[in-house]
Amino acid sequence: MLSFLLIVIAALFFTGIINRTKSIFSGRKGPGIFQPLKDVMRLFRKESIYSDTTSFIFRLAPSVYFSSVVMAMLVVPFGQSKGLISFSGDFIFFAYVLALGKFFNIIGALDTGSSFEGMGASREALYSMFAEPAFFVLIGSLALLTGYTSFHEIFAAFHLGSPISYALAVLAAFVIGMLMMIENSRMPFDDPKTHLELTMVHEVMILDYSGFDLGLILSAGMLKFAVYGAMIVNLFIGIFPYQYAIPMFFAIQAGAAIITGGIESFMARFRMSHNVQFIFALTSVSLLIFFGALLILGKFS
Amino acid sequence: MEYAIIHNNALIHLDEIPKLNYDAFFELNTGLVRDHPERHCVSYFGYRSDNSLRLICCIADDNSCEIFVSSCQVSCRQQLEAMTSRALCFERYEREIHENFGIAYLNHPWLKPVRYPFNRADRSQAIAGYPFYAIDSDELHEVGVGPIHAGVIEPGHFRFICKGEQILHLEIQLGYQHRGVEELFLRRKKLLQRVTLAENIAGDTVAGHTVAFSQVWESLSGMEIPRDILFSRTLALELERMAIHTGDLAALCTDVAYQLGNAVYGRLRTPLVNFFQEWGGNRLAKGLIRPGRNTFPFTEQLASRLKTVLDTYEPDFEEMSRMLFRLPGTLSRFERTGVVSTEDLLSIGAVGMSARMGGLNRDIRSSHPSLLYETLGHQPVIKHHGDVLSRVLLRRDEIRQSMQYLRQLIQQVPAVSPETEVPVSLQPGMFALSLVEGWRGEICHCAITRPDGELAHYKIKDPSFHNWMALALSVRNNEISDFPICNKSFNLSYCGHDL
Repeated sequence: MLSFLLIVIAALFFTGIINRTKSIFSGRKGPGIFQPLKDVMRLFRKESIYSDTTSFIFRLAPSVYFSSVVMAMLVVPFGQSKGLISFSGDFIFFAYVLALGKFFNIIGALDTGSSFEGMGASREALYSMFAEPAFFVLIGSLALLTGYTSFHEIFAAFHLGSPISYALAVLAAFVIGMLMMIENSRMPFDDPKTHLELTMVHEVMILDYSGFDLGLILSAGMLKFAVYGAMIVNLFIGIFPYQYAIPMFFAIQAGAAIITGGIESFMARFRMSHNVQFIFALTSVSLLIFFGALLILGKFS
Repeated sequence: MEYAIIHNNALIHLDEIPKLNYDAFFELNTGLVRDHPERHCVSYFGYRSDNSLRLICCIADDNSCEIFVSSCQVSCRQQLEAMTSRALCFERYEREIHENFGIAYLNHPWLKPVRYPFNRADRSQAIAGYPFYAIDSDELHEVGVGPIHAGVIEPGHFRFICKGEQILHLEIQLGYQHRGVEELFLRRKKLLQRVTLAENIAGDTVAGHTVAFSQVWESLSGMEIPRDILFSRTLALELERMAIHTGDLAALCTDVAYQLGNAVYGRLRTPLVNFFQEWGGNRLAKGLIRPGRNTFPFTEQLASRLKTVLDTYEPDFEEMSRMLFRLPGTLSRFERTGVVSTEDLLSIGAVGMSARMGGLNRDIRSSHPSLLYETLGHQPVIKHHGDVLSRVLLRRDEIRQSMQYLRQLIQQVPAVSPETEVPVSLQPGMFALSLVEGWRGEICHCAITRPDGELAHYKIKDPSFHNWMALALSVRNNEISDFPICNKSFNLSYCGHDL
């Protein structure tokens, strides 16, 4: 229950911090931290407009997408407190419930029949496909290291063996951080600010949504950020007591948001064809973690 | 002589332009440009005279500073062999003549409408029915972009034929911005109305087009232009070049999502355009340039202000440029993206920046100099790779060059000359031509006067007219997601093309 609440609170300010960081780095005053939240609230009060060429799939997709993110949130633990649901193998549930949401997002985009949205959908599907092995090799190695198969148990037992595991945690944080960028379509993979349909990935898929539906998609995006942020936090806090763990949670979330803002200010976006190469390279970083886990377990001696 | 030789801003009596039959005209003009990289067609148009059509073709020779003018009398119902079949650079000119007057060209590879003008020969054709090049394939797909542009700039339709993410072919259809500018030049009789029209041919090339119009007008009315006016015009052209190039660099940074570059270059552009405001009361230099008059004399105070503006601009510009060209992310986006070969540029007759980025030396400031460019001793900046990086580097170097010219010019501000009367009547039966290197490239204005001294025809050519084809060629075999930076790196004008 605690992790659920913390993630929701973090989601409230995550995108706001990114935007604020970007505006400060570019010399602007920038909007307030809660502006993205206010935008979503405004959208929730508005009516959705549907194009004549779309079917029920288009209307269904945002709700499925939003609820998939909420479902994934339920299994994310916080240190020693379990997520609302916890069972062995829940990381597989986590990955595929998010994939289900993405699947509906993609077929919703295809449903509009627009050539742009088709392109965006194919790009998003491609990236997710290449990102999947990175996630599974990573969590699989942690499962191997700890001997458990649920998020809560993996994270709780992660640092019990030896402090070398913190080195693995840094690598894992990098992989999850990059997955966060891919899943949320942020720089350097996708530019959320662009106005050019031909270069968009995620933004072009939601072009036809408006009002309440758009609000759902945007708030799902905000939650997703915080979910991945919470995963990074979990890699480090282990079984720290709450009075340290909770401030660390918010510090790491805010740090992740500021780093994201920094990347978006000072980097250019990847060329589209380099994205796939980069995403696939994440899997090799995950493999490093796998070998690290084998080393710690003494499998090579 | 088969052709008359004139120089930039010169005047020639219509009767002195030799009238050839079409075969000789065809051989002459295709022969002039073929295998002569130093020559290109600056204008080729038709106008109605004596119930038939007179075609006038102007070929500029960059080495000898000469312009070869020849003409030919044809009937609108005639079938003519297309010069495009020999030299591709006539492609769009012939399409334009075909569209305006209904001349049927034989062996023209791409005889499609150019801009659907309101007074076109065949009114049954409408812009909605443009004959796009189409494919019938299960492997390839078409992507249509526009006419409403994502950045809400100007309208134009782009039709891509793609294999997955790769562009195989791009066809650009323009014409949505057509306002009938050339016709309006004839209908509006007052000089102020006409010069305002010239200012509005392309909103980003106000100085370029207005200088071209003023030069045509002044040579037609036989005025001598004092040095202070030449000085103001040179200054305005170079300042416009700097301002627009800086804005383009900002926009290119946006397109590769490099926020810092966008913010810094965007901020740097503002003081430059604000200086125009300070000088002439308009940030786009509207109202600054008038035929035969120095409406806003450039004073010593303005010179010292401009010096301050440049002094604050330069360090920030250099620092930002160092960062931009050292960042691997931006370089990997710019390098080897959107390459056009020198041969292609030559065959389509590219001009201005779009030619110089691909190793082609085309710069009116050095080849057909007017204003104060001769005293500045202009040497064009040339890049050789023809990719987006070349176009970005060209902008950076041209900004530096313009900055140096501005500094050089304001060291000696000429005294304001006494105002002279601008003649209202033009010399009758004349042909005048003016070439100006705007920031985008060569602007060509031609005017023909009737025996009573009124304008019979006014022809405008913006550099975008040729260069849109360079964009279409540059994106071939590139990723479709790189189209926006290719487009922005050319930054061509829609309304300058559509007129």
